[in-house]
Amino acid sequence: MRPSGYLELLIVAVLVVLAALFPLVGSNLHIGVGLDMMMFAALAISWALFSGPTHYISLATAAFYGLGGLIVAMGMADYELPFWLMIAVAALAGGVLAALIGLATLRLTGVYFVIFTLGLAEMIRNLVSWIQNNFLGSHGFLIFSDFRDQHYYWMLLAVVAVVYLLGWVINRSRLGFALRIIGNDETVARHVGINTAMAKVILFTTTGFFAALVGAIVAPRWSYIEANQVFSPHISFLVVIMALLGGTTRLWAPIVGVVPFLLIWNWINGNLPNQSTLFIGVAFLLIVYVLPHGVVGRLEQLRSKIREGRS
Amino acid sequence: MLDILVSGLLLSGTYALVAMGLNLQYGVARIMNLANGEVLVLGALAAFWLYTTRELNPYITVIAAALAAFAGNWLIYRFLLTPLVRRAKTQGALEVDSILATFGMSFIIMGVMFSIEGGYFAYKYLSEPISIIGSTTSVNRVIAFLAAVGIGGGLYLWLNHTRTGVAMRAVSVSTEASGLVGINVPRMSALAFALGGAVAAAGGALISTFITLDASIGVVFTLKALIIVIMGGVGDIRGAIVAAVILGVVETAVATLIDPGLTLAAAYLIFVLILLFRPQGLFGRRTT
Amino acid sequence: MSPTGTPILRVRGVTKRFGGLVAVNDMSFDVGNHEMVGVIGPNGSGKTTMMNMISGVFRPSAGRITMRGRRLSGMPAQNIARVGVGRTFQLVRLLPGLTVLENVMAGAVFGHSRRWGGDAVDIAHDMLDRVGLDAMADAPVSALTYIDQKRVELARALAGEPEVLLLDEWLAGLNPTELETGIDLIHALRDEGRTVILVEHVMDAIRALCDRCVVMSSGAKIAEGTPDEVLSDREVIRAYLGDDDA
Repeated sequence: MRPSGYLELLIVAVLVVLAALFPLVGSNLHIGVGLDMMMFAALAISWALFSGPTHYISLATAAFYGLGGLIVAMGMADYELPFWLMIAVAALAGGVLAALIGLATLRLTGVYFVIFTLGLAEMIRNLVSWIQNNFLGSHGFLIFSDFRDQHYYWMLLAVVAVVYLLGWVINRSRLGFALRIIGNDETVARHVGINTAMAKVILFTTTGFFAALVGAIVAPRWSYIEANQVFSPHISFLVVIMALLGGTTRLWAPIVGVVPFLLIWNWINGNLPNQSTLFIGVAFLLIVYVLPHGVVGRLEQLRSKIREGRS
Repeated sequence: MLDILVSGLLLSGTYALVAMGLNLQYGVARIMNLANGEVLVLGALAAFWLYTTRELNPYITVIAAALAAFAGNWLIYRFLLTPLVRRAKTQGALEVDSILATFGMSFIIMGVMFSIEGGYFAYKYLSEPISIIGSTTSVNRVIAFLAAVGIGGGLYLWLNHTRTGVAMRAVSVSTEASGLVGINVPRMSALAFALGGAVAAAGGALISTFITLDASIGVVFTLKALIIVIMGGVGDIRGAIVAAVILGVVETAVATLIDPGLTLAAAYLIFVLILLFRPQGLFGRRTT
Repeated sequence: MSPTGTPILRVRGVTKRFGGLVAVNDMSFDVGNHEMVGVIGPNGSGKTTMMNMISGVFRPSAGRITMRGRRLSGMPAQNIARVGVGRTFQLVRLLPGLTVLENVMAGAVFGHSRRWGGDAVDIAHDMLDRVGLDAMADAPVSALTYIDQKRVELARALAGEPEVLLLDEWLAGLNPTELETGIDLIHALRDEGRTVILVEHVMDAIRALCDRCVVMSSGAKIAEGTPDEVLSDREVIRAYLGDDDA
């Protein structure tokens, strides 16, 4: 609807190309950090696609991410299937899981959804461990791959670009408009003729699809995969914090949260590893009490205040 | 079979107590407190720490932890949550804010507990076997159950037969109408929130005598309490008790018959069934 | 008295129970094409519950509601909106994060007509113009006065091009000058030949606007007819004023 939409897309395309050149000049250490940033950017943007307009706080990222990783690991290690096939299977599985969760919980209020997603990764981890202990006899998978960090970086960058483009299309579609209305007042949304459950399930499925895809792509990097690692609940919380810290009013806003948070997070894990839990807590409180609309939301507020002041 | 029933029932006593506390916090103060489990673990940590370093009887800690948690939760509600209640334009906005804020608190409490004790809170107190209707269990489990029943029963009577208790129930039905008839809603909400915290901490100290906890386990208790509240129906104490019994027995059954690693999965399965078939709770009426 | 012309909406034996309470009891009435029907009655007589059943907030416990022979009762609210029932709410419900124009577009995009793009923008502008608010199209809804908010809500309902429009106490809470403007606005809708069901307490409005009235008391229909007929009906007077005064 906005005429500047295509300009935005052009700028993003240029930035993606520049980002793609980065591994050619950066050191291995920098590429490693860049890879993490790409991973969280993909997760946070796709998370915000659903949670931004609807205000449903999803903590299911770890579940999808872990599922994706596990499926790739299993396929490659036990059945010697190709990586490319397995990431497709993993992403689809993530989408299906998300659709099922969405159908069961999204008709209800936000609290049920948060509670459900909160324990989901933990439950899947328990189930997988149990299956492995009782039926498979092994606890983990060894994966061999020729990929190096820059390859993961490029694949994740491609995911970021695709998620962004998809978000851009959705924002300009009926579906995007429907989600904004749902986020404002779900009762009104139903009475103007929106199938609210369907809209939410579609978006949540998208989120699940991409989180599983990201988990699948980085799986070979672990070399040895165990359920206990890939389903670590931390990733869900980190994604929520990064996205909300940046803001969800713009497609690119989560990135504004991803970059600084990840740098601080890495520093804390390197220097004060025992305080990382405390730090997550402080970050949550910071979002609620200081930056309820994220950094980008705060900047937009300031900008409109300055404009009002002028006129 | 009888063993499962007995130990399931004994476990459910504490579950019901904790769920009752969460019910007060969500039903009256309208705050979905996701730090509830951490408060419980904090109570357990206090009992463990005071017993191992000062040899203090854990049952004294139960009382002390309840009082301390009451004060702490009162302050949290008064200074951290009240601003959120004030700024919230809709119930939905308050829900999101309170979820994020209490998440933050849960991580902070967890971080603090890690720095006090990074390992398991393992100690032995009154773990002698005792036989109840042909099934063997331990003394501390029985005491925890009786204490939970006592505290819960007292709370129930208080809610139904005192002026303040009835006022609190009125707030849970409608904050607006209660305000109109002269009930001090912010005060009642703070009181309910503080009571909920006190009950959780007491439950944690009780549980610590027979279950070994660690600093990161709080979220599991939050989940269980939430599942019980939703299964029983928000604000429905009778429902919460039945739900707690169901959860306690099912968990014990799954742990003994199949695998202890699957208790959470079992709790989840119950949760999904409730969401799909009775989202209004076991005894609740469907409202629109 | 039956409606003029063929009925477009039929309500047959509709009952709604909430637990032991019967909010609406065995209601039946028809609404003709191009007809303006008032639903009146004392507070708590079940009018809003009746509206909520037509628009799909509640499912009737018994009975059926049909529009042009198609069964509405049991359909979810969004489908009823698409079939062609538009509504406003007793307490205005606008979308605070959207502009005035976008609020109205919501009706055009997802309602009965399902327009998109420039088409939806055009009709939203037309409807804002229709209620006299096009100048405010780009304003945030927080900048609106109460009657303007009601106008936006009406424009949103109209933008879906509904076949039947439900106005739930649309005139409530307006001051005397605003009331006059409001009545004129609805009168203009009537002149366009729209089919409208209106729940109202303002008797002047009922007299000025309605072709026919259905009177409810304690959940049941106690009278039906032209406004003059029903307002002089003994039972209606008794329902409003109590037994002693009749």
